[in-house]
Formats: sequence, structure tokens, C-alpha cells
Amino acid sequence: MSTETSVAKEAVAKGPTAAARHSLWRVIRRDPRAVVSLGYLALLLAVSLFAAQIAPYSPIEQNVAELLMPPSPAHWLGTDDLGRDVLSRLIWGAPNSLYASALAVSVAIAIGVPVGVVIGFLGGWLDEVVSRFIDALLSFPPIVLAIAVTGALGIGLTNAMLSVGIVFAPVLARIVRAQTLVVRQALYVDAARAFGASTPQIVVRHILPNAIQPVIVQVTLMLAIALLAEASLSFLALGVQPPAASWGGMLARAYNYIEIAPAQMYTPGLAILFTALAFNALGESLRVALDPTMKRR
Amino acid sequence: MDPIPGGREPRQQPLLDVRNLSVAFHDGETWGEVLTDVSFAIEPGEFVGIVGESGCGKSLTALSILGLLPPRGVRLGGAMLFDGRDLAKLSERARREVRGRRISMVFQEPMSALDPVFTVGTQLLETVRTHFKVGRREALERAVEALAAVGIASPRQAAAMYPSSLSGGMRQRAMIAMALVCEPRLLIADEPTTALDVTIQAQIMDLLIELGQRTGTAILFITHNLALVAESCRRMLTMYAGQIVEDGPVREILARPRHPYTAGLLGSIPQSSRRKSVLPSIPGRVPSLHEMPPGCRFAPRCAHVEPPCLVPQQLVSGRDWRKVRCRRAGELALPGAQS
Repeated sequence: MSTETSVAKEAVAKGPTAAARHSLWRVIRRDPRAVVSLGYLALLLAVSLFAAQIAPYSPIEQNVAELLMPPSPAHWLGTDDLGRDVLSRLIWGAPNSLYASALAVSVAIAIGVPVGVVIGFLGGWLDEVVSRFIDALLSFPPIVLAIAVTGALGIGLTNAMLSVGIVFAPVLARIVRAQTLVVRQALYVDAARAFGASTPQIVVRHILPNAIQPVIVQVTLMLAIALLAEASLSFLALGVQPPAASWGGMLARAYNYIEIAPAQMYTPGLAILFTALAFNALGESLRVALDPTMKRR
Repeated sequence: MDPIPGGREPRQQPLLDVRNLSVAFHDGETWGEVLTDVSFAIEPGEFVGIVGESGCGKSLTALSILGLLPPRGVRLGGAMLFDGRDLAKLSERARREVRGRRISMVFQEPMSALDPVFTVGTQLLETVRTHFKVGRREALERAVEALAAVGIASPRQAAAMYPSSLSGGMRQRAMIAMALVCEPRLLIADEPTTALDVTIQAQIMDLLIELGQRTGTAILFITHNLALVAESCRRMLTMYAGQIVEDGPVREILARPRHPYTAGLLGSIPQSSRRKSVLPSIPGRVPSLHEMPPGCRFAPRCAHVEPPCLVPQQLVSGRDWRKVRCRRAGELALPGAQS
């Protein structure tokens, strides 16, 4: 009882949004899976931000005297086929991978969410036309579509991830549209109108916040898929261009020497695996935390 | 005692004067008229009840006044003069300024009429900020005042709560606070107590009556519960099949209804003195749009029907400011409510 009152008082002091964050954080904090994922992702972010300080060597410095070396005190994770330090390349690959995931998902949100809300809210022929277009886009295999878009936009990490974002956008648009269709029927939307709210106000204040929860979950899953897409596109030499480091690119190079130095594939592969897992686990925890039927407040 | 407002000649311009309002919906092939020739007036500060079965057009009348009908496939006729301005002719922008500020509404379902993702305080202060140029802090102060005015014990705490943590009665109070926070001149209450249990119902009705008297807000109270109208309103309108069939002071209508439908509604109120007998009901049901009788719309269910009733009936004013849409109103002696 007393804790509830203090929470309420705190919420009064901080304002309403603080109270919402507070309750979400309480659910997340009790979930070990979410804590571990968040911890790992925070560590990865720190590594990305301070790559220059942390990495023991330059990621592109070649040393022809030490090619494909196994782990040693000088090179903790060994060296690659050009004698570059694998640990340093792994560290320098992290910002590329995170940037790539974030960019793709941001593009998907920037396109998908507004399109979904608009067609869901307005309906009519616009909805019909755009929805069929979305269906058409969704019928393409994502990587093939991304390769096609990369071909049109030009090769490079930014273009590759823009194209992945464009491929993801219809998925978000469809989710947001479906949610909008549900939310716009809600009585509180009519009530808001009865109290004088304009259509843009209703969309921004009532439709979006209520339609956005499944998007939050989908976005964490998309971050994982985008990471894998970046790895795939870099593996196919459409993403990060050599000599810059990326996990997908490292995997592609190591693949060429799989018979001589199979261990080369482990580190970038595991980095991709763990990061994708962390995003997925976080998404799953958020899904549970945000599910109204599982909420206890 | 004060005179009954419905029984005297209106001395001032009515707050809301609905004249021959008609609403038709297009169902893809034809137009179906759901409201026909609806005319009534509300004086400033008056508490008027609209009664009728489900599907009689009560809520639709409310939505028409607020301009909340769907934008497509609707045909509106007649006029709705509010403070002398015809609401039907206002631009959408002008109507938005009226909604919430001049005319507001309380909905039937307090459970779903509040947005679940925002606190009560946030929703109230956004409503304030829609109509007044004030900062968040001042808007929140007004929100807290409004919550206090509807009898919420610790308004500041309640403002920080989400609708899901409030009880049904509390939510309906919050809803009323939201409707009244901008001090409208007319409040439309569409079955505000139907979703609540009986003790809370009485509290909410008392609150509405008290707020109406204190703020001078006129209240249009939509219900199918005649007992609530009898207790709270001075004037009542009976609606049937998209028309107003009777209009007059509550006490007089309850004592001597003039329209057989009103009499039927009064007869179907359960009476404790008739415990063992069968509860009287009106046979049949409200006609659907496509089977609307050509003459008096109540004729197929009326016990007093005669061949001349099978022509359209007009809402006729009597000498005593009662209006009734029945050609036999003068000759029938219909039973009133048993007390």
C-alpha cells in the first residue's frame, strides 16, 4: 500500500509518461532474459562507441608475416588471411553492424508507420490500392528484393540497409494498419472527437500510442533480421566494402579458408548469433511485458 | 416551488433549437431515413430526458447535434440552432470549436471511453489545451479542479492514474469531469449510468443534477430508464422509430401520457405491488428501416389503432405546451405511471 502511494506520488512529480516507463521497467527488471539481453546490447553499444580506444590494432593494418594465425597472446583471436587482427576487426565491425540494423529499422519505421496509420485511418480506395501494393512487396523474398534495391541504389552499407529498410516497411505498415483499424473503432476516439479534437490530434494522441505496442516488439525482432541481412549482404559483397570491417564480410572471407583455418568463422559467426539472439530475446520479453492480458497493474 | 419550465412559454431564446432534423444513411443502394422530423428545444440550464427503446434514434440525435455522424453516406436535413447559429451549416473547424467547449458528451461505457495508454490527468489537460491557450501546468490545475468538482476524493492522485486502475464509477466521474472541464453550455449524457451498478447509478445521477444546477449547464439525458427521468428531469421527450412522439413536463406525462407508446413504456416499469402478475410489455418491436409503416409508425403495435391512423402523424402542440404525435391524443384516456 505504502509503496503504491509513493509510486503514485513519484508519478505525479515526474508527470504521466514517467509513470508508464516506470511500470514497463518494473516488468523488464524482473525478467532475467531481458536483463541479460539488455546488458549484452549495452556492452555492444559501448564497444561500438569506443572501438578506437578498445581495439588493440588497426582493423585494416596488414601483416603478411602472420597470416591465418591461431589465437596467441599478441592476437587474442588470431589473424585473418591478410594478417589483420581478428579481435580488432570484430570490434570495428560492431558499430557497422549496429548502425546497419538501426538504419534499416529506422527507415522501415519512417515509411511503414505513417503509411499504415494513414491507410488504416482513412480507409477507402487509398487503403485498397496501397494494401495491394504492400501485398505485392511482401510476396518478394526479402533478400532478393534487397539485392534488387541495392542494385538500383548502388553498392554500399548505407544503400544496402536503406534497401533492407524499404523491404521491412510493408511489414510494419501492415501491422500498424491492422492496429489502426481496431483502435479507430474505440469509444475513446469518438470521445476525443466529442471533446473537440481534430483528426491529426486524434491520430497522434490516440491512434498512434495505442497502435504502436506491437510495433515495438516487431522492431526488436527486425533489428535481429536486419543484422542478419547486413551480414548476408556483406557476405555477398553488397554491404560494407573492404577493407572496412563487418561481421558478415569477415564471415565471407573466412569461408574462403574454411579448410585451412576453420576457426576463423567462429568469432564473426558467434558475434552475429549472440547479437541476433539478444534482440530476439528482448523482443520476446517486451511482447510479454506489453501484452495487456499478462499485465498485473 | 419553482414553475415547471416545460409548462410555460419560453421567454428567452432557447439554447438549442432543433427544427425538422432528418438523417438518412445510404446503404449502398437506397437512402434509409433513420431520423424524421425531429424538433425540440432546450432552454439554458434545463434538464431534459429523451426516452425510447433501443434503436429509436436517441443516440443518433445526440451524434447529429455534435456533428459526429460518419462523413460519407449521410444526408442531413433541417436545422439545429445553437445560440442562434445553425450547427449543420458550420464548417468542420467551427464545429470542432463547439464540441467539448460549448456542447459536450458523456458516453455510456466509461470502461472504454477513456484512452488506456494515458493517465486521466493527461487526457483532461489535453482536452483543456484543445480549447484554451494555456500551459501544461495550468491545464493540469484545471484538470485537478474538474476531478475535485465531480467528487473524486484525492483528485491529484487520481489524475496520475491510468483508467485501468479506476473503478467504473470513478471512470464515469472522470468522464464527466472531462466533459465539463471546458464549462460547456450543453451536456449530452448518453445513457451515462447504464453500465454502472445501481448504487453508483444514483450517485452519478445526483452528481449530474447537482453539476447542472451549479454550473447552469443544460443537460440532455438519454436513457431507456423512465424511473431515472422521473427522478431527475423536468421535461421529457419520447422517441419512437426515429420520431419524437411526445414532448412535455415529466410530471404531467407520467400522470397522463397522451401517446400510446409513452403509456406502454410507463406500463412496462416493474411494480412491486404487482409482484405475481405478468409484466406488461408492448407487443412487437421497433420497425426496421425497410419496413417502416407508411402511416403512424406506432400503429402496428398500438392497441388503439383505427383506420384513419394509417396516415403520417404530425407532432401537434396542445394548449398546455405539451406536444404529441397521435391523432387520438385528445380522446384517449391512457393510464399513467402507478406510484
